[in-house]
Amino acid sequence: MHFLNLFVIVPALTILAILFTRDLRGARWASAVGMSIQLILAGALVFMYLGARKAGVTDEMLFTSDTSWFPSLNIRYAIGVDGISVAMIALTAIVIFAGVFASWEMEFLSREFFISLILLSSGVFGFFISLDLFTMFLFYELAVIPMYLLIGIWGSGPKEYSAMKLTLMLMGGSALLTVGILGLYFYSAPEGGQRTFHILEIARASIPVTAQRFFFPFTFIGFGILGALFPLHTWSPDGHSSAPTAVSMLHAGVLMKLGGYGCFRVAMFLMPEAASELAWIFIILTTISVVYGAFGAIWQKDLKYINAYSSVSHCGLVLFALLMMNQTAMNGAIIQMISHGLMTALFFALIGMIYSRTHTRIIDEMGGLMKVIPFLSVVYVIAGLASLGLPGLSGFVAEATIFVGAFQHADTFHRVVTIVATTSIVITAVYILRVIGILLLGPIKNDHYEHLGDARWYERISTIILVIGIAGIGLAPLWLSDMINFSLGPIVSKLAGLVNDVPLVLN
Amino acid sequence: MEIHGYAFTLYILLIPFLLFIFLGLSGHRFKPLISGIVGSAGLLVSFALSLITAYRYFFTSLHGEDGYSAIIAMNSVWLRLTEKLHIDMGILLDPISVMMLIVITTVSLMVHIYSIGYMKGERGYERFFSFLSLFTFSMLGLVVATNIFQMYIFWELVGVSSYLLIGFYYQKPSAVAASKKAFIVTRFADLGFLIGILVLSYTTGTFDFKTLTDPAGPAVTHAGGATFLGLSIITWSLILVFMGGAGKSAMFPLHIWLPDAMEGPTPVSALIHAATMVVAGVYLVARLFPIYALAGIPALNVVAYVGGFTSLFAAVIACTQLDIKRVLAYSTMSQIGYMMLALGVSGYGGHEGLGFMASMFHLFTHAMFKALLFLCAGAVIHAVHSNYMNEMGGLRKFLPITHITFLIACLTIAGIPPFSGFFSKDEILAAAWHHNKVLFVVEYLVAGLTAFYMFRLYYSIFHGRQAHYHHTPHEAPYVMTIPLMFLAAASIFTGFIPFHNLVTSDGMHLETHIEWGIAIPSVLIAAAGIAVATVMYRKESTLPARMASTFRHLYTWSFHKFYIDEVYLFVTKKIIFRYISTPVAWFDRHVVDGTMNGIAWVIEFTSHRIKGFQSGQLQQYAIVFVSGAVLLILVFIYLLY
Repeated sequence: MHFLNLFVIVPALTILAILFTRDLRGARWASAVGMSIQLILAGALVFMYLGARKAGVTDEMLFTSDTSWFPSLNIRYAIGVDGISVAMIALTAIVIFAGVFASWEMEFLSREFFISLILLSSGVFGFFISLDLFTMFLFYELAVIPMYLLIGIWGSGPKEYSAMKLTLMLMGGSALLTVGILGLYFYSAPEGGQRTFHILEIARASIPVTAQRFFFPFTFIGFGILGALFPLHTWSPDGHSSAPTAVSMLHAGVLMKLGGYGCFRVAMFLMPEAASELAWIFIILTTISVVYGAFGAIWQKDLKYINAYSSVSHCGLVLFALLMMNQTAMNGAIIQMISHGLMTALFFALIGMIYSRTHTRIIDEMGGLMKVIPFLSVVYVIAGLASLGLPGLSGFVAEATIFVGAFQHADTFHRVVTIVATTSIVITAVYILRVIGILLLGPIKNDHYEHLGDARWYERISTIILVIGIAGIGLAPLWLSDMINFSLGPIVSKLAGLVNDVPLVLN
Repeated sequence: MEIHGYAFTLYILLIPFLLFIFLGLSGHRFKPLISGIVGSAGLLVSFALSLITAYRYFFTSLHGEDGYSAIIAMNSVWLRLTEKLHIDMGILLDPISVMMLIVITTVSLMVHIYSIGYMKGERGYERFFSFLSLFTFSMLGLVVATNIFQMYIFWELVGVSSYLLIGFYYQKPSAVAASKKAFIVTRFADLGFLIGILVLSYTTGTFDFKTLTDPAGPAVTHAGGATFLGLSIITWSLILVFMGGAGKSAMFPLHIWLPDAMEGPTPVSALIHAATMVVAGVYLVARLFPIYALAGIPALNVVAYVGGFTSLFAAVIACTQLDIKRVLAYSTMSQIGYMMLALGVSGYGGHEGLGFMASMFHLFTHAMFKALLFLCAGAVIHAVHSNYMNEMGGLRKFLPITHITFLIACLTIAGIPPFSGFFSKDEILAAAWHHNKVLFVVEYLVAGLTAFYMFRLYYSIFHGRQAHYHHTPHEAPYVMTIPLMFLAAASIFTGFIPFHNLVTSDGMHLETHIEWGIAIPSVLIAAAGIAVATVMYRKESTLPARMASTFRHLYTWSFHKFYIDEVYLFVTKKIIFRYISTPVAWFDRHVVDGTMNGIAWVIEFTSHRIKGFQSGQLQQYAIVFVSGAVLLILVFIYLLY
């Protein structure tokens, strides 16, 4: 059996195992074991991938396998990974692992909760290993649907409204995607012959430019909604604030990255001419996202809203960097996806843990938590520092790469938007330090907080694994950056030569 | 060029880093004192290694006709960005970085030892030492950076260590506010630094200092290229880079964080906000000095005028403050202004480079005497539990060692020979005299003000009316006074170090001599400042109050620090928060999200309206069917005939 299939099979087996458990204890242990195996597999995959590259394998995709599934339409179950998807798989494995431990005390309908959660993750894993647009889309839907249940049933606040809003907006994105993907399929054989959904085959076939112009916006916006593209990001604050902890973690940490990954792998890779022509529109929108999200976060009072707006800003930077269409900026975009995935998952985990102690998420009602729950507070500070781009943590690596890359364009437009985007580092510092100052430092506001207990062992596991990821990338980024760089090569060479036309559109 | 034999310099950095990790993760498991001793012992090793490095670099390495050249002790790629640009981590040894190694490790070691006594009994003792080690590591990394991006990385790290240490008493709201302010103001300045790096690296295609500062390198030779608003792109990038330096070094108008930063424990103020981190801006300009001097003269003028203005501005404020640490903070700003000015009036190479040498010389002597002043202030605060000079007085009987060492530091900063401040200040004045007479006059004025406010401070603390103390003040323990004595000795003798042979703009020897025509008036001005302070503050008198009422407006403005803080508060609170952030949040909820909800509402509304058609009642369907059929028949009849 093929190695990559394990990433879908292990979650399926875990779900099966949970079905046979009887209570929370069983369900969480089954999930923990399953997701630990998944984490080990992801680690093994990284090593195998790096080993293969070191041995001189230069194929675009490694560990590929191709099974015909629905021959009349040439739909196949084609899988394979490159450096980018390996990195995303590793991210997903870490976040779902941390998420299981963060929901250790999910009393209400615990088995169903863990099943939905793992179903969601299996969709994400499937998405990242797919090379066939049809299966990719299928896994994408598999990841989105459980979200509705998870928020609607286990959420808090106006959960039905939020769940409905999130799902409908993402479904709207799916509708656009369907058009885009079908468009790609029907134009995948311009000189006649077998049409295909296979990404690499479409990439070789080169879609006619007129068709690209039509279908690119559908695909980019469809994925962009999931990546919190302004002004289609409004599902994010409501959705996150209502979602239970682990779901926020997975959603902001991983699911939003599906958007960025899709924009890059499907929209831009397969329709490079249209991408370079239309990039300027989306660059403007993402620049707005970056600054606007940061300003939006400053005055929020609810911890989850702050983090949701912060995610709008950071994910905006992902799309911004992708649209810069050079190797450095794109590399930064992928690192930013991973970095943001780790740190936002950490933020949501901590917010959940703080909420379970103080029963509020309004920062003004809390204060001085550093003294009573030092472990969680210190980790919160670390997450905050990662978010504001402190060197030594992952956020800095991503931002430095993005800004240097984006600034390599010689024309004024790209440079001005880059400078506008860099201002976000100051605004980010403002809202992060504001939260730290109010929430963690200062005198203790509420006497009841004197007796709060610090992190339990499962909470420590959940947060420490994420901190290790953040610090690991921050201290030694070279291997990750090189792994991504290698895989970006063929994509960027496809885009190269087109990029210079961009300023002409504006002039 | 990799020169072997300097690889051990890595340990100078590695030891503080490991201490940070060790004390941070497991310091709380031991007795608090252990953290202090382990931290100090580690620093002692770093200090010793720095001395060895300095000895080998300055006195045994081969430096012939070319003077001292830069040595890359080690360098490896940390992150590849583009084909040309990559961020390295490495160690660069040249005269200024070796000098800074000495400054940092000396002051840091003294502060470590002093803190063993000063922080005794504080909650979070091990945390304090852990952060001190983090700071020392970051600052060392900053000065040995081989490329500008490495410098930026450590630049941010010193910023965060400063944030952590200012906010050390995290339950005190004023400390939390001060730490936040310090971080955000310097972050804003760093934005300029970052953009400056982007522009500079794009224009020159490198981050590497050796290439950048090469007089024949791309930075200097590309200077004549594209222009923007009349200045070359290189000049703009240098001005932006200087913005970062101005933020870190508390130059006007980015200085507002430094006085508030005094909320941190006093040893921290001595280390970070007097001797090392705040001179990072000076160091940054010095590091890029060949580009400033050869390709960006307008940027260098900005440095000179900002420095000159800040030195005067801060000196005026220092004359009226009551908090002894704030007086010292403004004094620091003023002295750093001196260093900036010295760089600003300097040229590259030969005797033109006098200002550069003077600036570095003053940086060195200032680090010693300003750290001493702060540590003395700490000993005073330790004894009387107050920061305000009107709650002190007559302390010389109780604190003899602190008194003498403080007096030495005051004489040094006032520029009285033969203390070290005299020599370094004299070089600065000489450099200013040869380049810019206006700035030269300003500096004479500042010299007088400096002597005045330092002796105002000295008399208010140690002479004058003896304040009522709750319990008799007592001298600090030896663990605190020994660092005072060491630094006092350094303040006295470092003036005799032949800096002009060691640290110059191009590494060559520089012939200097004391210009008595400049030195004698400056000493007289300082003496006059001291005399005025003696008359006003030695004995209790009404003279200061009368002076204050005579120059009421100047006094009030100076006392309120020229209302710069209020201007900032207005901009941030009123404009940014109220007129940008709040509307953005409103817009997002009501307009953007409102549109989404509006779409949902329209769909729901429409569906309510048309759902009647699907009522399930057969009669209704029949009526619709029949009327539709009739309608169609009528249409056909009309169309056919």
